[in-house]
Amino acid sequence: MTEPFVTRDCDVLVVGAGGTGMRAAIAAAEAGCSTLVVSKSLLGKAHTVMAEGGIAAAMGNVDSPDSWEVHFADTMLGGQLINNWRMVDLYSREVIDRVRELERWGGLFDRTDDGRIMQRAFGAHSYRRLCHVGDRTGLELIRTCQDRMVHTAGADVRMECTLTRLLTGPGGVVGAMGYDRNTGEFVVIRAKAVVLASGGWGRMYRYTSNSWEGTGDGAAMAYQAGAELQDMEFVQFHPTGMIWPPGARGILVTEGVRGEGGILRNAEGERFMERYDPIKLDLSSRDVVARSIYKEVEAGRGTPHGGAYLDIASQRTPAEIRRKLPSMVEQFEALAGVDITREPMEVGPTIHYTMGGIRVDPETGASSVPGLFAAGESAAGLHGANRLGGNSLGDILVFGRRAGEAAAELARSRAGFADFSAAEVSEEQEAVLRPLAGGEPGENPYALHQALQEAMQDDVGIGRSEESLRRALGAIAELRERTTRMRVGGGRVLNPGWHACQDMRFMLTVSESIIRCALERRESRGSQWRFDFPEKDDRLARVNLVVRDHEGTMAVEERPVELMPDEVVARLNRSRFFDPANLPSHYAGKVEPRPVEAH
Amino acid sequence: MAEATPGVATGADGAAGHQPAEAQSGLTGVTRTFRVFKGVPGGEAGYATYQVPEVVGMVVLDAIHHIQRTQDGDLACRWNCKAAKCGSCSAEVNGHPVLMCKTRIDTLPEGTITVQPLKSFPLIKDLVTDVSRNYETNKLIPPFTAAPDDGEPWRIQQMDIDRLFEYRRCIECFLCQDVCHVNRTHELSARFFGPRFFVRVASLEMHPKDVLDRRELLAETGGLSLCNITKCCTEVCPEHIHITDNAIIPLKERVADVHWDPLRWVARRLRGAPKAGST
Repeated sequence: MTEPFVTRDCDVLVVGAGGTGMRAAIAAAEAGCSTLVVSKSLLGKAHTVMAEGGIAAAMGNVDSPDSWEVHFADTMLGGQLINNWRMVDLYSREVIDRVRELERWGGLFDRTDDGRIMQRAFGAHSYRRLCHVGDRTGLELIRTCQDRMVHTAGADVRMECTLTRLLTGPGGVVGAMGYDRNTGEFVVIRAKAVVLASGGWGRMYRYTSNSWEGTGDGAAMAYQAGAELQDMEFVQFHPTGMIWPPGARGILVTEGVRGEGGILRNAEGERFMERYDPIKLDLSSRDVVARSIYKEVEAGRGTPHGGAYLDIASQRTPAEIRRKLPSMVEQFEALAGVDITREPMEVGPTIHYTMGGIRVDPETGASSVPGLFAAGESAAGLHGANRLGGNSLGDILVFGRRAGEAAAELARSRAGFADFSAAEVSEEQEAVLRPLAGGEPGENPYALHQALQEAMQDDVGIGRSEESLRRALGAIAELRERTTRMRVGGGRVLNPGWHACQDMRFMLTVSESIIRCALERRESRGSQWRFDFPEKDDRLARVNLVVRDHEGTMAVEERPVELMPDEVVARLNRSRFFDPANLPSHYAGKVEPRPVEAH
Repeated sequence: MAEATPGVATGADGAAGHQPAEAQSGLTGVTRTFRVFKGVPGGEAGYATYQVPEVVGMVVLDAIHHIQRTQDGDLACRWNCKAAKCGSCSAEVNGHPVLMCKTRIDTLPEGTITVQPLKSFPLIKDLVTDVSRNYETNKLIPPFTAAPDDGEPWRIQQMDIDRLFEYRRCIECFLCQDVCHVNRTHELSARFFGPRFFVRVASLEMHPKDVLDRRELLAETGGLSLCNITKCCTEVCPEHIHITDNAIIPLKERVADVHWDPLRWVARRLRGAPKAGST
């Protein structure tokens, strides 16, 4: 039986209203398409606001030797060379224009003495490269795009609406459906093209910098619609999250603290990064720094609450700290009672970002399902096995725009709206409403979520093994069975317990894909650290793992990494951190040693 | 298959491996009583009482989440970042408009803690109100506009950025809109932009590259003169923006220049063309 629903038509449907979604919507609307952005939250609250450090773009305003080629090389090396090189190429060239464009839309950036955009140092970037405004760059980006979008004719927004399923027909995706969070009313949207800009997923972990929204809806919906998910094993632990007090655990401490000169010390006062990365030190890549903190704690040199000290107070004056890191000062003062201009912070790894996502065409963001596009954190390819800080805000601008334009082009080529299947709608309604069915008391979604977090944090965390991953897979199967019996009180009007039931469906699919890929990648690379396979495997340097639905079960397949042509490989030595010893065999001998730097 | 080292694989939760559970839980042994508004418009409404075990550093939002998890699954609140950077979890705690994620319960007086929705906005359910009129107001404000021939790359001085950055810190929590008596007591929001959008206009008007003039808009549609600078907005701003001193008063001065100048007023009447800022 079909419940009532409201319908809405638009040329391009954008799922998510973070930086990616808004940039895609601006592009699609400017191309003349009626564009609807659907957001689970209020506009301007998306996770983009938590990006603090800046946008990496090789403008060379501070360090003149910088160039897009160096940025390309840094990003490929940071991603352990399994990134999609064509995405990295487009990205490192175009992000400079996207920053200028943002400025032209009213976005603010800190300045150099001669009035140009200021750039700061960040982990594993060869030069000072991050365009920023204090430590609020993500907020600035989202507010600028928000203002641009609401004043762009043809772009409309539906706030506080959860989409739960992509609707498909013989020709691919025909729309999506979901419900209004505030009223519980069902919504069916017909669209000629859909852009997933739904961000990443961290909520299946106990300690995360993600908000409640990071439940992987987009990836799970794409998977259900037949799209391929790639590189799901790569989940980024940001090395510096707050660890105390307990309620603040996981909240992000920007890498900008280290970019501005902050250093990490263990409980014995040692600057331990000297041991793990004597060249890049505290500004090593995030995977390396997170593991280093973990190892220090394991060795018994952790701080009282099990982390490391991050010290900027001894490196910069209080006035400098207040000017460059104002929200860090405020955050520690308000939540932890710590004055970071005088005392060190206590920090530890927190789940922050997901490199994996929907497998897309590098130029257009098109997925393998016709009509379905993805960009930003919900797409895979740009960051490979580990993302460099500052490359996410750039990613969302470059590929948000590209996906929006490509979706608009497809939409314009389609004469009308394809019909959705009424059976698909009623099947989905039934699944969504099941927890409200009453009857016997069933499983509590909050308790199931907590059980999922325990399983993922303990067994699919910063380090994994065959044994721990198998255990987690068992936990997922058990939880999946229990979710069929979820029951909640209350009705459909703004009921967080009911909403939590939908989140569980998405998180279980995405969690399973993380585990299955992590099992198949029997090596340690980037953010994937296998205790039982601590080294890199040369063969797997040529492999991306992909999952897709195969008649109701999750199939893992290997896909060859698209190899860089010789003239592109040759660029790698432009990175200051290029080391020929780290090249996989298929690139060996194709890169000249790094020329001596001229000064 | 190589065996995982016992105690490593299971403790692989980031940095917490060696900490005993009690040390990590941070329970203080104190139980706090929360009185939380529950209800929908036109339906039953009232206060529900909950007991919450206090944890070191606990904020009101932690307590609400605890209640949702363990006692009342459908208690509605809005939140996102839980780090005072998104401005979603605005509510009134013991009568004060605050961000719940930033309000530590150890800073509140002993006794019952009362949590209510924002008073100046229509109720949706429990602690959640309909703040959509703010988004409508924003659409009335012409966006940032640079001169088309102002070629890139731009040179701007840091001093200008520092001044604008104060306005741009706004996280749109709408606490200022909630506390402002023009909205709250006099219910004049239909002809009053409110503090948040005066800050917004200030960020545009004072941008060295913006070429529009929004002063007549402020005077006519924005209702700037309704503000009688009681500074309540500044007091509740979680971002410590000096809303009254640095946004509203400078705008009032600019508006006075064009809108309340008697000579210009006469000229406008004679010409019938109210174009502000033509000088």
